[in-house]
Amino acid sequence: MADSSSRNLFAAFGHRLIEAVWKLGFVCRFFAAILRDSGASLRRFPLVIREIYFAGVLSMIIIVVSGMFVGMVLGLQGYSTLVRFGSADALGALVALSLLRELGPVLAALLFASRSGSAITAEIGLMKATEQLDAMAVMAVNPIARVVAPRFWAGVLSMPVLAAIFNVMGIFGGYFVGVTLIGLDHGTFWSQMQNAVDWHTDIVNGLIKSLVFGAAVSLIAVFEGFDAKPTAEGVSSATTRTVVTSALTILALDFVLTAFMF
Amino acid sequence: MKRATIDLWVGIFAALGCAAVLFLALKTANLTVGSGSNGTYSLYAEFDNIGGLKVKAPVKMAGVVVGRVTDIRLDNKSFRARATLEMDKQYQFSRDVSAEILTSGLLGEQYIGLLQGGDPDNLAAGDTIKLTSSALVLEQLIGKFMLNAAEKPAAPADSH
Repeated sequence: MADSSSRNLFAAFGHRLIEAVWKLGFVCRFFAAILRDSGASLRRFPLVIREIYFAGVLSMIIIVVSGMFVGMVLGLQGYSTLVRFGSADALGALVALSLLRELGPVLAALLFASRSGSAITAEIGLMKATEQLDAMAVMAVNPIARVVAPRFWAGVLSMPVLAAIFNVMGIFGGYFVGVTLIGLDHGTFWSQMQNAVDWHTDIVNGLIKSLVFGAAVSLIAVFEGFDAKPTAEGVSSATTRTVVTSALTILALDFVLTAFMF
Repeated sequence: MKRATIDLWVGIFAALGCAAVLFLALKTANLTVGSGSNGTYSLYAEFDNIGGLKVKAPVKMAGVVVGRVTDIRLDNKSFRARATLEMDKQYQFSRDVSAEILTSGLLGEQYIGLLQGGDPDNLAAGDTIKLTSSALVLEQLIGKFMLNAAEKPAAPADSH
């Protein structure tokens, strides 16, 4: 009795493991298919531009507002800590470095995953549920080239832009709190920042990070949509999976990238 | 949504992105100065002790940043620290310029301060600055102070 229940436990574990490996392989093959078919969709660039509008431009408001608030909070918290060591002048460096290296790329990617990634999954999942993808295949239109690849590339291209906007708004927010509200010196704020920030190590690495996050989030979003069960319930659980998997992937990738970069 | 409207918005979006990257480059990283765009040349300086000097620390003369430390290594023969300084081409220094390691603020970062000498000839690229003084290491300073403080009360006691 106990023997058979423990066997069932191991069997269930093995089943899930095999399923996870199988799914990972499927993601890789799906990624390869996107890359193979993206030539056609990049030649019809208006398709990508349309998706950049929905994924990128419409995310701008949330990116701008949250970047501003993150910068303002960094300004307040950084000031109250730095002032204890008598180095409140370094606030500009603190705000800029924490935004450029970590918070900008990571938070922008998390927002992008929940704002646009979930929308992409829901859209593709619903297309699948209403058999639009099958209809395309019947009409000899490759659904990966027509639907999936433009959304993937739109996400990859939008993410660095959104992260850069997030960084700039965050620095403005920190400037607003530090200089306008608290009354630090305007010149010291910028010169401390300029001394600390390096173009290559900080800004370029941050942009590379956001490019990688963009690719990861877009791949997860289109895959979950394409892989969704063609029912209302299936689409809803696929949307949830997109947000959860994206968030975990972003944070794990961030650790790996940081370990290599800095 | 009309195609032209979408194109317009995506154009604005891309322009904003470029503006943001440009802002980050110019305003936060100050890319125009000291990034090698307007030419640099290398000088070397050997120190007995560099203290907490780090790569990328500024080299200043009269408080103005004139270069950066790009490399620090130990010379295998003299066992002194050899720092490579990447200097801005628009500044030239005399052959007897002296370099010292200074600290900005009480606990601030360390930088190399240069003092111009009187020699009419200038240093060429690849030359080594001969006159250097080392960083103040806090432990050594305290050690000397303690030694002095221990010796002083002993002297009047002897004269009794």
